[in-house]
Amino acid sequence: MSKFPNQLAIVAVATTALVGLSVGLSERAKHGSAAHDDEVHAAADDAAMSHEASVEEVAEAPAEEPVTEEVAEAPVEEPVTEEVAEAPAEEPVTEEVAETTAEAPAEQPASDDVAQAGDDGPGQFDGGTSVPALFVGAAWAQEAASEGVIGDLAGISFGLGRDALPEEVAAWDIDIRPDGVGLPAGSGDVWTGEEVFIEKCSVCHGDFGEAVGRWPVLAGGWDSLTHEDPVKTIGSYWPYLSTVWDYVYRAMPYGEAQSLTPDEVYAITAYLLYVNNLVDDDFELSDENFAEVDLPNEGGFYLDDRAEGEIPAFSAEPCMENCKDSVEITMRATVLDVTPDDEEATVTEAAAETPATDEAPAEETAAEDAPADEAPAEEVAGDSGISTDPDLIAAGEGVFRQCRACHQVGEGAVNRVGPVLNGIVGSTPGTVEGFRYSGAMTEFGEAGNVWNAETLAGYLADPRGYMPGNKMSFAGLRSDEDIAAMLAYLASFE
Amino acid sequence: MDDTKFKGMKPSRRQFLTGAAAVGTASVAATVAKAQGAPDPLITDIGQQPWSQYLGPGVDVAPYGMPIKFENHVRRTSVEWLTADTVSSINFTPLHELDGIITPNGLCFERHHGGAAEIAPADYRLMINGLVNRELVFTLEDLMRFPRENHVYFLECAANTGMEWAGAQLNGCQFTHGMIHNVMYTGIPLKLLLAEAGLQDSGKWLLAEGADASGMTRSIPIEKALDDCLVAFKMNGEMLRQEQGYPVRLVVPGWEGNMWVKWLRRLEIGDEPWHHREETSKYTDLLEDGQARRFTWEMDAKSVITNPSPQAPITHGPGYTVLTGVAWSGRGTIPRVDVTLDGGKNWHQARMSGPSMAKSMHRFYFEFEWDGRPLLLQSRAHDSTGYVQPTKAQLREWRGDNSIYHNNGIQTWYVNEQGEAENVEIS
Repeated sequence: MSKFPNQLAIVAVATTALVGLSVGLSERAKHGSAAHDDEVHAAADDAAMSHEASVEEVAEAPAEEPVTEEVAEAPVEEPVTEEVAEAPAEEPVTEEVAETTAEAPAEQPASDDVAQAGDDGPGQFDGGTSVPALFVGAAWAQEAASEGVIGDLAGISFGLGRDALPEEVAAWDIDIRPDGVGLPAGSGDVWTGEEVFIEKCSVCHGDFGEAVGRWPVLAGGWDSLTHEDPVKTIGSYWPYLSTVWDYVYRAMPYGEAQSLTPDEVYAITAYLLYVNNLVDDDFELSDENFAEVDLPNEGGFYLDDRAEGEIPAFSAEPCMENCKDSVEITMRATVLDVTPDDEEATVTEAAAETPATDEAPAEETAAEDAPADEAPAEEVAGDSGISTDPDLIAAGEGVFRQCRACHQVGEGAVNRVGPVLNGIVGSTPGTVEGFRYSGAMTEFGEAGNVWNAETLAGYLADPRGYMPGNKMSFAGLRSDEDIAAMLAYLASFE
Repeated sequence: MDDTKFKGMKPSRRQFLTGAAAVGTASVAATVAKAQGAPDPLITDIGQQPWSQYLGPGVDVAPYGMPIKFENHVRRTSVEWLTADTVSSINFTPLHELDGIITPNGLCFERHHGGAAEIAPADYRLMINGLVNRELVFTLEDLMRFPRENHVYFLECAANTGMEWAGAQLNGCQFTHGMIHNVMYTGIPLKLLLAEAGLQDSGKWLLAEGADASGMTRSIPIEKALDDCLVAFKMNGEMLRQEQGYPVRLVVPGWEGNMWVKWLRRLEIGDEPWHHREETSKYTDLLEDGQARRFTWEMDAKSVITNPSPQAPITHGPGYTVLTGVAWSGRGTIPRVDVTLDGGKNWHQARMSGPSMAKSMHRFYFEFEWDGRPLLLQSRAHDSTGYVQPTKAQLREWRGDNSIYHNNGIQTWYVNEQGEAENVEIS
């Protein structure tokens, strides 16, 4: 051999990396000695059978043989060849790989080098009392891949690290589970939760969990999971309440994580249940009743089943020649044109190009009701049946917070998830320019309906019940007062 | 990625492929190289070749070297409208600028949920707790004393190509497929650390937790933890980049990127999964019937042609043309990739080149004589289990349009007579 076995070994290891000898390769090489084999098998015999399941899993993994075949057939890369030239091995690396893979005994110097001084090889540790254990540890990957045998976990110790103190574990182990394991003692009610939520959360999530901008929507979306645009909220989608508690406690408020007390998190969680219509306003959540609360969509999940359906379906030999008669382009990305470029922000561009809309219907309404440009009377405006009381309009602005994740009003408003609502009062449903409506909404307008006090009140109270099949993912306003305020607010935008 | 579909944006007046201006330098170079007739002054005139006459910079000008300025356009890019802010956000690897299989560290896409934590090596701690015989704390120095291994693995975000479920949307493989990178990790087999703590028989699940401000957590079945997971501290030979989890991240080969917890601070062993945010409200696949798949960890086989593509058009006109791309599978290697030039009427086996390793990217090439007529390019990966990458139509038959994650359908690029490429879907 060489005077510099370690260096040579490093070359060999580097070569391994270059050729891309995968994963278990150095282990395989390491494993070239029969003595090592024996130790591994002995250790395997001793192994606690508690890990059988995992062993079987591993044994089913199909990937290893093709890997080595690939490597064996792969053309030798130039750098590799050079490296090999420095190594004592007589044979090209690729062959060496193939033979090593075939469990060839240690006749090849390069293999031995890898075995004795690979980066994770036992060569670094000779003389240590735990060398046998190290052999076992290092050989796992190969054993697991080829024979489904795993080493003796309990037998290995490197003597590294130190015991974690109970205070340290308590400080970091703050996670909780669906069964409530991990919850600290504490409680919080809906009204306290509302206060905390509005102070600390509503800037992103809206006062009612409806969300601002693209921040996550936390409430609503009921029965939307089968629709074209599902709204996945705590109430509509999340399976477990514990997820809410855990995430708020560990990561919220955004930018000030782990600043909330357990009681505040109980209160926020209670409030989020409330805005999702899952509890009454006098509800108090605590560690004691936590596990009793089920979320509606807990049953809406099942384990990955690709192996039973998709994978077999997608594993047939595909057609290679004359597979179809004609090909048509059915959709083009340039039509959407949402790809960013260096010149301008796409969002700004799209917004600027969307007309701020619907002046015509607004003008019509105004013409019917009162002379244009005049301050509206503080009464009921003409025959629309909608109040123009400034206080009510102001109240309506508060109620509208629930809507603004999807709808814009006022100057510069553009269509978002929902259409612009300027001039909506008095207009024909389903006619805001540039917005793609559901068939239900379009039909509602074509049937001669008009958005007035009666139709808007009916729709806003129960969007789905009033107009089945429409796209708006909103549960509906709860009180007549809110509806009156909302109408006043919407009517103030022409 | 944010958990939303992106469609219905207003069509704009922007002309077809104005973005192609970004590659202008490449086409100029190509043109000059083709110039015939008068002698090329870049060969005949020493005055135009200052690099041949005058001395260049010496060593140590850049103690940590960066690419030459002519490559400044090769960069990660985000899609502004995709997320609410840039902190909990994502950008994309410029696949169309890369070759081979290794992603340079500085170009590996970033995805953070609470920004990239900055942890000094001396301040780093890793805790193992729960169903183990000894609850342990390691320093970085401790970890560096464990035996370590080197493996090349791809990391793909489950949401890669997620914006394309409802149809062709983004023009460029960087945006459609760039939530992926492929590097060599140096790390400790996770099973060694678990053995050091003494895994108890009742331990069936592992919770990996990050130290960042999102407190990222994922539940991982113990079988995977004991199989091929690594606790890694180096990528492509150097310490992890901050944005990739410096100083320590989890490597979960072949499984969705969200599980590869960065800034890894804690490993807890339990007897049940935790069902945390990123495995319930996110990273679950909503199907057409309103039911959702959970624990869809493995990444299905997938491929994409990186050149030509919308950001990398054919600039040389008809003639000999190099088509290339990448392919990968979370279940093994990629022994074969098929390529079509005519939208799937006829397919050809591409030439695989470079190392073939399980759960790593593979590189393929298909060289052909382009006659200048429009092309409909697709690639189709076959993995070592016999799985064949499905068409988007096939995938939608199983998944509908709303599953966001795990979109591995076949990508189509339309190339027109000018060589410009566009993201399209075809019948």
